[in-house]
Order: sequence, then structure tokens, then C-alpha cells
Amino acid sequence: MARKGLLITPDICIGCRACQVACKEWNQLPASKTKNNGTYENPPDLDENNFNRIRFIETKDSKGFRWLFVSHRCMHCGEPACVQICPAGALIKDKETGIVYYDKNKCIACHACVSACPFSIPRYDQGGKGKIAKCHLCIDRVKAGLTPACAKTCPTGAIKYGDRDALIKEAKAKGYKLYGETELGGLGVVFALTDSPKVYKLAENPKISESVAFWGSVLRTLVGRSGSTTTSFIKYLAQKSTEEVKK
Amino acid sequence: MELTRRTFLKISTGALLLSSLGLNLEPVKAYAAELRTKGAKETTTICPYCSCSCSIIVSVKDGKVINTEGDPDSPINEGALCPKGASVYQIVGTNNPYRVTEPMYRAPGATEWKKISWEEALNRIAKLVKKTRDKYFITKNSKGQVVNRVDAIGHIGSAALDNEECYLIQKLMRSWGLVYIEHQARICHSSTVPALAESFGRGAMTNHWIDFRNADVILNMGGNTAENHPMSMKWIMKAKEQRGAKLVVVDPRFTRTASKADLYVPIRIGTDIAFLGGLIKYIIDNNLYFKDYVINYTDAPFLVDPNFKTAEDLDGVFSGYDEKKRAYDKSTWKYQVDENGIPKKDPTLQDPNCVFQLLKKQYQRYTIDKVSEITGAPKDKLEEAYKLLASCGKPDKVCTVSYAMGWTQHTVGVQNIRAFAIVQLLLGNVGMAGGGVNAQRGEGNVQGSTDHGLLFHILTGYNPTPVASDVDLKTYIEKYTPKTKEPKSVNWWSNRPKYFISYLKELYGDKATKENDFCYSYLPKRDDTQNCSWLMIWDQMYKGKIKGFFAWGQNPACSGSNAGKVRKALAKLDWLVYVNLWDTETSSFWKGPGMDPKKIKTEVFMLPCASFVEKEGSITNSGRLAQWRYKAVNPTGKCMPDAEIMNELYWRVKKLYEKEKGAFPEPIIHLTWDYGEKDKDGKVKHIDVHKVAKAINGYFTEDVPEHPIDKKSYKKGQQVPSFVFLLNDGRTACGNWLYCGSYTDAGNMMARRGKEDPTGLGLYPNWAWCWPVNRRILYNRASCDPQGNPWDPKRAVIKWDAANKKWVGDVPDGPAPPLALEGGKLPFIMKPSGVGTIFGSGLSDGPFPTHYEPLECPFQENPLYKKTRINPATKLFTDTPEDVFVYCDTKYPYMATTYRVTEHWQTGVMTRHTDWLREMQPQVFVEIDPILAKEKGIKSGDKVIVSSARGKLWAIAIVTERFQPLKVMGMTIHQVGLPWHYGWKFPKDGSGGDSANLLTPTIGDANTMIPETKAFMVNIEKA
Repeated sequence: MARKGLLITPDICIGCRACQVACKEWNQLPASKTKNNGTYENPPDLDENNFNRIRFIETKDSKGFRWLFVSHRCMHCGEPACVQICPAGALIKDKETGIVYYDKNKCIACHACVSACPFSIPRYDQGGKGKIAKCHLCIDRVKAGLTPACAKTCPTGAIKYGDRDALIKEAKAKGYKLYGETELGGLGVVFALTDSPKVYKLAENPKISESVAFWGSVLRTLVGRSGSTTTSFIKYLAQKSTEEVKK
Repeated sequence: MELTRRTFLKISTGALLLSSLGLNLEPVKAYAAELRTKGAKETTTICPYCSCSCSIIVSVKDGKVINTEGDPDSPINEGALCPKGASVYQIVGTNNPYRVTEPMYRAPGATEWKKISWEEALNRIAKLVKKTRDKYFITKNSKGQVVNRVDAIGHIGSAALDNEECYLIQKLMRSWGLVYIEHQARICHSSTVPALAESFGRGAMTNHWIDFRNADVILNMGGNTAENHPMSMKWIMKAKEQRGAKLVVVDPRFTRTASKADLYVPIRIGTDIAFLGGLIKYIIDNNLYFKDYVINYTDAPFLVDPNFKTAEDLDGVFSGYDEKKRAYDKSTWKYQVDENGIPKKDPTLQDPNCVFQLLKKQYQRYTIDKVSEITGAPKDKLEEAYKLLASCGKPDKVCTVSYAMGWTQHTVGVQNIRAFAIVQLLLGNVGMAGGGVNAQRGEGNVQGSTDHGLLFHILTGYNPTPVASDVDLKTYIEKYTPKTKEPKSVNWWSNRPKYFISYLKELYGDKATKENDFCYSYLPKRDDTQNCSWLMIWDQMYKGKIKGFFAWGQNPACSGSNAGKVRKALAKLDWLVYVNLWDTETSSFWKGPGMDPKKIKTEVFMLPCASFVEKEGSITNSGRLAQWRYKAVNPTGKCMPDAEIMNELYWRVKKLYEKEKGAFPEPIIHLTWDYGEKDKDGKVKHIDVHKVAKAINGYFTEDVPEHPIDKKSYKKGQQVPSFVFLLNDGRTACGNWLYCGSYTDAGNMMARRGKEDPTGLGLYPNWAWCWPVNRRILYNRASCDPQGNPWDPKRAVIKWDAANKKWVGDVPDGPAPPLALEGGKLPFIMKPSGVGTIFGSGLSDGPFPTHYEPLECPFQENPLYKKTRINPATKLFTDTPEDVFVYCDTKYPYMATTYRVTEHWQTGVMTRHTDWLREMQPQVFVEIDPILAKEKGIKSGDKVIVSSARGKLWAIAIVTERFQPLKVMGMTIHQVGLPWHYGWKFPKDGSGGDSANLLTPTIGDANTMIPETKAFMVNIEKA
């Protein structure tokens, strides 16, 4: 299998949010309690029950008024910071597909991944007190030769799944500017844009902090070398690393 | 990789062996999990929501639905689903914790429900039906005419029923003598039917969903297709991508559809005819109409009675207006005819009395300046829109429209639609691939429920219900069978007697004979001037005239305009039978806000029915496509499929009448009801929907040794192959002639899954079955020139094969040769004239649309006509204290409208009870422009109170530039809008809000009385 990816094209997204629902359906996630904050956007952020969501952006410029619908979700980085820092090896990059997935059984809930991630994606279940929760690109469906739920359900193909190379080639041929082609080892989720990333509220020049690599190796070495290293010590170190990374 | 369903099935049930995680911490090779759908049984169904009718795969394990997702095989959705379709998992089987799972009863004056058995509930309801019917049965009306009806019982519902259930319920209710029979179609697309039927001959979407990809220009106006028919955008975006099509959105508000438009034009609420009239003028003035099409296929050259006067001549009314009656004497609205009775024509289109010149006169003042003044739309945007649309008058350029409630739900609803029908006739786009006038029906089976006659004025197949002066079968047939003198007109409705008599034969079987008019007298007759439509039902109920009521799969306490009046009317009933999956604002009206249960005497029955995957049957989408749905799981708890509830009620009422006698029992006792194996008493044990579907298709009631059509012999019991073979002598029985061909001896055509597309236009002739006779694009003979050659060979829907003397491609709309050949016929076969109708004299408010203000508007006068502010032919409701309205009133200075969002549906009964959908849109909101917001000190997220002359509700403010104030007639008009999906009943804490219909007025269209829920005046204040 070649490296898999999603191509997201906000210009053909109609903001219907079938992607939000299909993800919850496949992953059997409950709904969160929400209220209307003066926008269609809901839930207001990613959370343990919502691995992807759509941002509703109203913008006005020389081109006129636009209403953009932009997916907010894990980017499945080619060089995933979360995998680099995770002391328990709970976050894993699949060799075959490039998908960044996780094993909840291994997660020690240290939250190091939260600050390591340049896009602030990882969330934790059980009200934040449980284990890592984020998009795993429906790796179970992918391995079975199926399409991830969000891409399958998308009425207009604004989310498209396939071989990453082919998706990039197709988008370029149509004249789109790509976001995520080379950043961070190339993102697994590539956006096809017709304007600057800022307009779509996508993080410009996403980078991994250097201390992520350092702390990641420290934490993992500790865990790997000594079975007697307690989880709480690792957690303590992880929290230390978080502070460092945040600086 | 797009997998077919069969492959999906193989993978999920096969044994997937995947390696497990290694123990070291290196990035591992493979993921270890099995699909949670492995080993599940799969069935297909059709989504119950918007009427795109996407196909869904339902996976079941241990009798429970464990997964729902899109069916890749459907040519409509190709595996995709919108958020509602993707969410159906949460409403089926045991997955929904809010469903009512056993019957409930509310006694007079009670403050709570109590549980009741089915036996008790059904017996009591049957007794009440008989008691009320016997007490209020009308054998003869005040004029002494035999009517055999009961006005004191009414029924509404439902577009949520399968076709077979729709057929059964109309059959049952009419056998009881009801004439107040209505449902969602009235308040949704009732204005579409006469608008399109008058213009083209049939009242349905002319093309179909996939066909949007064939268009060059797509207008979305009076509708918001991306939000309310999301799957349509799959095809519209394909048109944009593959053929460079342009999407034009004209809407008071910048919607999610507008976000994808090439051109967005803002307009004032309720001014669509001004816009469209301007377009008609633009097309005519710039000579952009398709001449050959217009001259040969429309009535543009026909001469009209010289005494006819346009609204231009008479300051807003047409000739023949009676101000007191608010109605027209239409005797001048007719063509001039020659000595053979055929309309006189001027093919040069110059005669001042020809339809074309009268049309030109009607819109002479609809200049871009004037249109901009009335609509508030910027002039440059108007011109750009007109240029784009009018460019589609060339033979090889086609435009289409996708429209819905923004056009239908107005006092000028029919005329809104008529205006674009006229545009399409001028541009020659009717019958073309990528063309037509595409009414977007909005409910899973509202097309089917309309086809099966669940409205007061139609029986199945759009045959009219008889009125009191239709004293016998002969009179009925004489009155309703159109005749024509035009030799080239097929005049297909001349076959009506065959369809009507075959229907009577299905109702009453052997009891229906030639001698007794096929039991014609058993049909209840309303009085000639008695209008029993939706608005009248609530008016009559409010006045205490309706005693017993069935609200079946509908929630009128939230969907009815002037919802406050509806809720108060319900409190006047003696008894209410409510059938649904959930307890709603209607079933629990007696404990709603402002209600004192102790004072309310209504007995209420809540009967829980099965969801769409807990039974089998067919539904028909907006493109007239009937698709079959399969049963995935048994009904939850004690829920019963609607057809079984109908069976029980039929049987129990019949037994009561057999035992106790009563008012005119014959229509009840003699009704045929052989839809399943019977027990020893003769009661059908379980309804076999296949038997119902077969009866709807029609069968031969006796041997026909030599059929007049093909000379072949048919045996008794054989299915009728198509409606061409129906007979008017009782030898055929047919529930609905339109569906003849849907379930033949070859099998269930609606269940077909063929993926062939020989024309390449996306017709898919072997996928399911559409009416009529599987013809995918209506009026397709107009897509060819009089010689039978396609106007646009690149998008040939049909073409004439001269060698074999037949049409190839789609099923031709009439098999006769092209017009210019020997035996050739005109293309609009359902119209007696044979041509597309620009001069629509069949309508009650004018043969041409013209701009009238909505009932509630910001002005004292119509900007166009000093004397005629609103539609002069609409009925004004003035009898009850609820029927208040205002105009040009400083207390309610803002124009308002209601609309829908993708995440919810209709009154929100299904979608509010779906956690995943409610999460995305939890509360009722009102969208207002930033300038108005600033004036009122309102910020996004604030709670505000929106009020009208009739009611008020709170809403969360969304301040947005997607609404802009408009300059209209020199004034600044602010417009606001709310979704109407909410109701006080759920969420239980009331945090969702209530129905926006508390604000809307009691008034309807002049032809169909569809309520004007799209235009009214409000005030807004911070809460």
C-alpha cells in the first residue's frame, strides 16, 4: 500500500458536516452537550466525541464576501510530533499507510502529545481524564480496503481519500495551491486552496519545537530501559517536557 | 477506491487476519482490529429525509442495527450521505432512547399520559370513529345533493409513509366518508402542482437529481439546495467542474448554496416575480428566446380574446375581477378559435392579441431599474444574472432551476413558479437534459403521498375528488375528461375514465359494477365551494366543527403557520389519534406552554409506529423515482408498522358497523381489503405490502381475450403491464394509474438495481422505476425539432430513428412520430392544446404572474400598482381572533422569513431526537444584519425575542453579513430569518426553543392555499 491521505478542498465543501456525523457513527461516539454561540459552528472545538469538525469562516476582501467551510482535524503528519514525544509508544505511525493512530491500552495519559502537536489536536476522553482520542483516519476501514467514513460520506468529494501522491497530482493539475505537501514531512491531510492558508484559518508554517525530539527520546529511553520506572515519574517528566515545549 | 456493496459485504464477513502490535515501541507494521461490522447482515433502504432518496446500507447483528452508511451502488448518492442520512443510525431500532414504545392514552382533563394496550387503544378509537361518524354523517347537503360524507372527522399525514401505506390510508379514510384529508404536501409543494400542470401538463419535477450535471447554468432561487438537498450538490458541482456550468443563487440571504455560487444576487423577501418578470422582459427585448421552440411548442402564437386585459391595463388586476368576491370571471381568458374549434395563431408573433405580445405588455414596466427598486437587488447583479440565464435560449445551451419553499410558500406561490416556467418555455429548455423546472420536494415520500391522493382535492393519480354537483359517474367523467379539437394533440387526459373506473374497481372489487356506477356513490363528496385544505382544517377545528382527528406522522403544532392558532384548535377536539415514533408538540399539545390541561377535554391516543427500517415498502423521490426499501430489524418494543395500524382500524370499524349498523355502512363494509392471508374470521393477519403494491399497479379482474390495444389475451389476475392497457369497463382494477408498470408480472420494478446508462446522461433506466412508464425526463419530445432531431445532439435525450420508425433513448413522452412527420403529435401530451402554456388561464389569480406584495409587507402600496397591494384572489381569514395581520406597521418593522438548515429537518421531530444532529444545531436562532444588530445593541450569541402580530419566541442571535439591508423604494429594509425546526417538547428543558411558526400568518396562495410562511413582519428586541 502506498502512503494514504486525504485531500480536502474547502472550495467545494458545502459545510453540511456529514463528515462530523459519519465519523461519530463509525466510531460510535456520543454527542456532546452544546449551545448556540452565535454561529453554526458546533461543537466549538474538537473533543473526545468529535474527531473532526468544520470551521465556519465569514471573510470579506477584495474578492468580495465569502463563507468558507474548513475542516479541523488531525493532519497525520509525515513527521508526527505526537509520535516523537509519546513516552509509552501509544501513538504510532503506520508504516504502510502513514496513518497516525493510537493504542489506548498503552496510553498513560501524560498529555505530552497535546503540547507537542503543532496543530493542537490530541484530546482525551472521559472528560479529559482518560485516554488519547483523535482521528485515526479510520485505519480499521483502510486496512480492510475501505474508505474512511468522512471521505465516503462527503457529497461533493470535498474530502477525498486515496494514494497521497495521486491526490496531490490531481489537485495540482486543477491549479490548486497545496497546504501540507511538504510541511512536517508532508501532511497526510493535504488541503487544496485558492488563497493563503491564513484565510482558511490554517496554521501558517507549522513547526515542531526542537525540544519535542529531545524530550521524546528522553522519556522513551527511560520507559524502555527500566521496567521499574513508574508511570507517575514518566508523567512528571512528560509534564516537564510540556512546559519546555510550550516555551 | 469505491467499493460496490457486494465487495463491502465480502470484506466485512470474511475473516480478516491482521497482525497484532509488537511488544517493542518501534513504529509497527500493521493495525490489529477487525471491522465492527464483520459478520453483520446487510439490507438496503432509502433515506427518509429530503427526497433525494439516497440509498443506505443497514448492518444488523443479533437483531440490532449496528451500522448505517451510504450504498455505493446507488447512482444518486454513490455511497455518500449528508449529515441527516449519515445519522439515521440513531433513530432506528433500539438505538433511539426517546422513542415511545407502547401506546399511551390521555383522558379528558388529565395532566399526564398513561400506558394503554394496543387492544384497548384500537377498540376505543374504532368506537369513537363510529360514534362521531354516526352523529355527524351528512347524507344530503343543504341543497339536497347526495354527499355521503362526514365533516366532523379530519385526517392529516403523511409524507413519511411508504407508498403502500399512503394508498391504504386514503382508501380507509375515504371509505369512512372523510373529505378533510390533507398532509405535508399542501404546505410544501401544493403550489408546484397547478403551476407545472398548467404550464406543461404534469405537476412534478420535470427532470431528476443526477440530471443537474448536464446543465450549463443552474439557478437556485426560492430554494437552498446545498442545505436542504445536499446530494444535489454532488451533481451541481460536477456540472461546474466537468462542463464549466455556472451556479446562480438569488436569495434574501447568503446561504451555504450561495457560498458555491458563481453569482449571488440578494433580493427582498417576496419579490421573486419582480425578478423573474424582469428576466422575461430581458429575454424578449433582447430577442434571446428560442424561436423555433416557442413557435412550434408553446402557445405564444395563439390569439387571445381581444376583451382580455392584462394587469398593466387595470392597475394590478386582470379582466373579469370581482372585488367583493375576491375572484375572477375568467370568460375573457381564452383563446380565439377558428371554425374547427382550434386556436387561431400568428406564427410571426406580431398580432397584438397573441400570447407573446400580451406577455410583452404584461412585463413592459419590469425594467432593470424598476426591478432593482422593488427587490433591492443591485442593478449590475441583476443584469449579470439575466445575461447568464438568457444566454440559454440557444439550442445547445440549457439552464435549469432548483427551487423549493422560497417560491412555493407565498400568496403568489403558484405564480412564482409559473414565472420561471414561462422563462423555460421562452428559452426552449423544457424536455431537455440539464433543463426543465425542478421542484425540490422535501420529504422522503412526499411525492408518493401526493401521487396517492392524500389531499382533499385529489384521488390517486391526480384524479379530482368529486363534488356535490358531480351527481353520478357520467357527470363526473363528462366534467373532468378534457376534449380537444386539435388533431395533433394527444390529449392524454382523455384516458381519465379508464383510470378513474379502474380505481373504483380496486376500492370495491366485485361489488363495483357498471350497473351501480362502480360504486361511485360510495365516494364522499364535498360541496362545490367547500375548500377542505390545511388552513381550513385549523379554522374549522378552531370553530369547533371538527370533533375527531388523525394526525398521522405529522406535527402540525409546529408546522402549521400561525402555530398558536393550530395549538388552540387542537384543544377544541373531542379526540385526537396521533401516530409517530415520538411524543411531540402535537400529541402533547394539552400540556404545552399556555395550556391548562384540566380545562382541555380532548382524549388523545399516542400510537407508536415502526421506523422505516422496521418494515418494507417503496418511496418515491422528487424525481418521481420509486425505490424499494427492505426490512432490517423488527419493530422496537410494541411499535407497529403503520400498515398494521391501518389494518386494525379498518377491521374494527368494519366489525362495529356489521354488528351495530349505523350511518351508511356500505362504503365501509364493502371495501376490498385482501392484502394478506386472512384468519378464520376473515381478518388479514399481516399486511403483505407486495400485495398492496400489486393492487396499486393494477390487475385484470377477468379474462380479456382480445385487448383493444394490442389484440393479445390477458388472464384474470395478471398484472396490467402499463396504464396504456387500463380499461373503462371494470375489467381492470388499479389503485393508481401513474404507478401502473411499477409491479408487473415480471416483478417488482421498483426494486431493480441496474447500473446501465446507455445515453450517458445519467438516466439509469434500469435502476428502480419512475413514473410515468419509467420516463426519466418529462416532455422529452420537446428536446427534438419537429423532424425528430435533437436540438442539442451532444445531450440527446431521445431521437427519432427514421429507419425503424421509433424513438431511441429515454422513454419518449408519447410514442407518436415527430410533429412534422405523418401522424406526428405535439410534445406536451397532457395538455389538451398539446403545447407548453404561457397563457395560464386555468389558474385563479391570473394567466400571467405579476408582482404583488406579501400579506405582511413594509409598504402601504404595491410599488407597481396603486390599487392592488396583495394577490387580489387570495382568501382572507378574518373570523377568529388569531387571524391578525399587519402591514406597514412601525411595531413590526423588519421583514422576516423562515428556513431550514442542513442539520435539521422540518419540525425537528426526527432530528431534535437525534443526538448527533442536535449537537450541531442545538437552538433556534435568528440571523440579523450587523447594522440592525448595532441599532438594537445585539451581539452574536445574545438571546433575543422575535415577535409578530400573532406570537413570539426567543432565539439566539447570529449577527452576520450574510444578511444585508436593502434599498427598496427609497427605504432601507432590514431582513431577518429563523429556522423553524424547534419545539418546546424536546429537549425537555426547553433549551432548544420553540417553533418559528408561532410568528407566521394565516393566509395562503390563491390557488392552493399553501400558507405564506416565507414572508411576514416582525420586531426584534434583546431579551
